[in-house]
Formats: sequence, C-alpha cells, structure tokens
Amino acid sequence: MREIAYDDLVKSVKAMVMHTASHLPEDALKAIEKAYKEEKSEVAKSVLKQILDNAQLAREEDRPLCQDTGLAVYFVNVGEDVKVVGGSIRDAINEATEQAYKDGYLRASTCDCFDRHNLKDEVGYNLPAVIHFDIVPGDKIDIEYAAKGGGSENVSRATVLAPAQGKEGILNFVKQVISDAGPNPCPPIIVGVGIGGTFEVAAKSSKHALFREAGTQNPDPDLDAFEKEIMTELNKLGIGAMGMGGTQTVLAVHIEKNPCHIASLPVSVNVQCHSSRHSHITL
Amino acid sequence: MATYHMITPLSDEDVSKLEAGDIVYLSGKIYTARDAAHKRLVDLIEAGEELPFDLQGSVIYFVGPTPPKPGEPIGSAGPTTSYRMDSYSPTLIKHGQKGMIGKGKRNQAVKDACKEHKAVYFGATGGAGALIAKAIKSAKVIAYPELGPEAIRELEVEDFPVTVINDTKGNDLYQMGREKYEVKD
Repeated sequence: MREIAYDDLVKSVKAMVMHTASHLPEDALKAIEKAYKEEKSEVAKSVLKQILDNAQLAREEDRPLCQDTGLAVYFVNVGEDVKVVGGSIRDAINEATEQAYKDGYLRASTCDCFDRHNLKDEVGYNLPAVIHFDIVPGDKIDIEYAAKGGGSENVSRATVLAPAQGKEGILNFVKQVISDAGPNPCPPIIVGVGIGGTFEVAAKSSKHALFREAGTQNPDPDLDAFEKEIMTELNKLGIGAMGMGGTQTVLAVHIEKNPCHIASLPVSVNVQCHSSRHSHITL
Repeated sequence: MATYHMITPLSDEDVSKLEAGDIVYLSGKIYTARDAAHKRLVDLIEAGEELPFDLQGSVIYFVGPTPPKPGEPIGSAGPTTSYRMDSYSPTLIKHGQKGMIGKGKRNQAVKDACKEHKAVYFGATGGAGALIAKAIKSAKVIAYPELGPEAIRELEVEDFPVTVINDTKGNDLYQMGREKYEVKD
C-alpha cells in the first residue's frame, strides 16, 4: 500500500487552488482568443478584449481573475492501493481550501441557505469544499479542481425527458436554458451537458463535463457530432459576450453520457462562465 | 454609439443624453451595495430615516470584492448579477439614485423606473475583476461592516469603463444586441 503524507496532500492542493484563482488555463485562453478573432460585433469584441486583458493582468500581478472566487469543487479519484497517513483525504482538501482562500486573499462565499450568513467563522473560510469522491484501481490520487462561480451556476438546470423526445428534445432543452440565461452567466460560456443515468448522475456528469479541456474532441464520434450541432445552434441565439449581442456566445459544449432506465431520459445543463478556472493534479 | 466621460454625482441632464450601447468612463465617488445592503437602504427609506450616503445623483455598483492585499485599496472587483437588486432599485431610483452598475438582465419595474425618474443601468464586464480594480483609487467601508464583502463602500474611481444597457428612453442593449445577431432558421 502506497502512502501519502497528509501535510504533502494539503500543500499540493493549496498550491493548485491559489494558482488557479489568478491563472486562466491555456484551454480557456485559447478559446477566448479564437472567439475574439471570429466575433462580428464591435461591442462584443471590445468585451472579449477586456476579458483577455484581465487574464493577462491577473496572471502578471497574481490577482484573482474575478471577485467571485467561487465555491471550491473537486472530483477526487482515490486509488485502491494508496492511503493518506496523518489524517483523512477530506480533511486535507478542506484544510488546503481554507488556507488557499485565506492566504490568497480570495473571497469566502459559503453561506447558510436561509438566513444567508457567511459560514467562514463557524464552518471555515469558504468551507465546506464540494468534494466528489470515487474509488479507482491503482495507487494514485487524482484531483480535478474548479473554482465555480455563482452567476453561471444560477442559470443551470436539470430535467427528465420522455425517451421519445430523444436528441431533439435534448437540443431544445439546452437551447431553452441558454436562451433564458442570456447575459447573466457571463458569456462566452462553456456548456456541460449530462445525459442519462439517474437524476443526480445527470447533474454530476454535467458538472464533470466542464472539467474537460475546452477545444478537445469527445472520444465518442456520435457525441462529438452532437456537441458541434448544439454549439452551432446555441451560437445562433446571438447573445454574444456579456449578452451585448454577437456571434460568439459559446466557447465549447461538452457532453457526458451514461446508461439510463428504460423509462427515463435525464438531462442536466451546467454552465461555466468565461473565467473557466480549473486545474488537475495527480499524486 | 457615443463615448462620454462623466463625473458623479450625475444629473438628469447627464443621464438623459445617454443611449443604450454608449460607452461611459465614470469618475468620482460611487457606492457599493449588494442584496443585503439594498434591503437595509430600502428599510431606512420606508422608515423615513437618513441613509449612510447622499442618494441624489448617486451611482451604486453591485459588487462584493475579494479582500484587499496589504497596501491596496481593494481586491478584484467586477460586477455581480443585477437581478437580485430588482426588487429594491425602483425605490432608490424614485428617491434620487441616477445610476446602477452591474451585469445581466433587469426586470420591467427597473426599466420603467429608469424611464420615469431618469436613471440608467450600466453594464460592466463580468469576470474582469482584476482589470476593473485598476480604476478604483480608494475604498472605505461607510456602513454595515458586519456584512463583510457586502458592506457599503465608498469608492473613488477614475475612468471606470461601463456600457449603457438600459437608458431613460426604455431601450435595452441586451434585447437590441441579440435581435441584431440572432439567426432565425
């Protein structure tokens, strides 16, 4: 059984979280640069220019890209032949999150659902982190991380369609969600679509779909074609950067598909703003 | 599409010449407030009590910044989504507020209030918090420090870049822009 020290895990995760707040990853940057080149609207082009300038400034001066530094969301695959010594993996990730958000001057954004008071003093600074665990073969711990803002999360939706609605029904649902969202989720956006599974599996898959590098192909040719079809349809909406009208509303569409019940067709749409802050480490 | 440089507080004359799509560089004092602070301001107005700042001609920025690093006035400070302020803005506009800065759609009541009482809704670029912070020269908490990032701050800004979304004539840049680029099959 391979062993990883608790403190080493905290240190690695903390460094990743702090770096991600100020460094827009290469895939998002490239996608925005492409949108800037192809945009027809001058107003939208000027917005895209501001977004690119902001990314450069944040990187050079190590400042948070956005004041909404998000909830910390993790997908963690733990190998069956590795264990953390000195504490639990969950505690290590929460501790790393708190330290990174405090030391990086990031915003604490978790609050109580009802009276809305900030939980930083009683639960911890920007805690709890949202952690999705899975057990996998091997002796590694694989951690995918995203700082997920509220504006794009607020427009995300899930439903269960009738099987007969099929791909057309899925396309119409996604189009309705993005059309209703309009300027609110800070376009240009990345659209994660979870199809199949059960209700909660679809939702989780739509979130995980956002962690894929923008601009990469879906390995399933059928899904790859469907992603391109949805993207073309969404860009016809004309929403544009920050909703000011334009041809570049969507940077990428990512689909994750799961087997589902013979009676159901669950579909979930999770939206990611242009500030697609995500990272990945393997320990 | 015109470009203006304006200094706060804004007058009826200032805001009346602005049209949806115009770019404005704002300088002077502006105030930050999100939902929780808006609720308190409206409660004060309804109780007939004094507000923590002069509403006449004021511009309110919907923002909850990150904590400042040592020696800096403010952290990253881009706009938050504005609809959460929709139930409060018409009351503030009726009592003298002239400008709002945020991102995203407003409801009809806010658009109507802009038309009736002469006020404008400006859009700033969401997710450009580091860049926008450069236009903020100083910041001080003037009310509700217990709200943390949601406290009311007085900001001194210089050439803060915004775009007119809703003007005093009932125009909406989000609708206009989208109609122009929408592809109907």
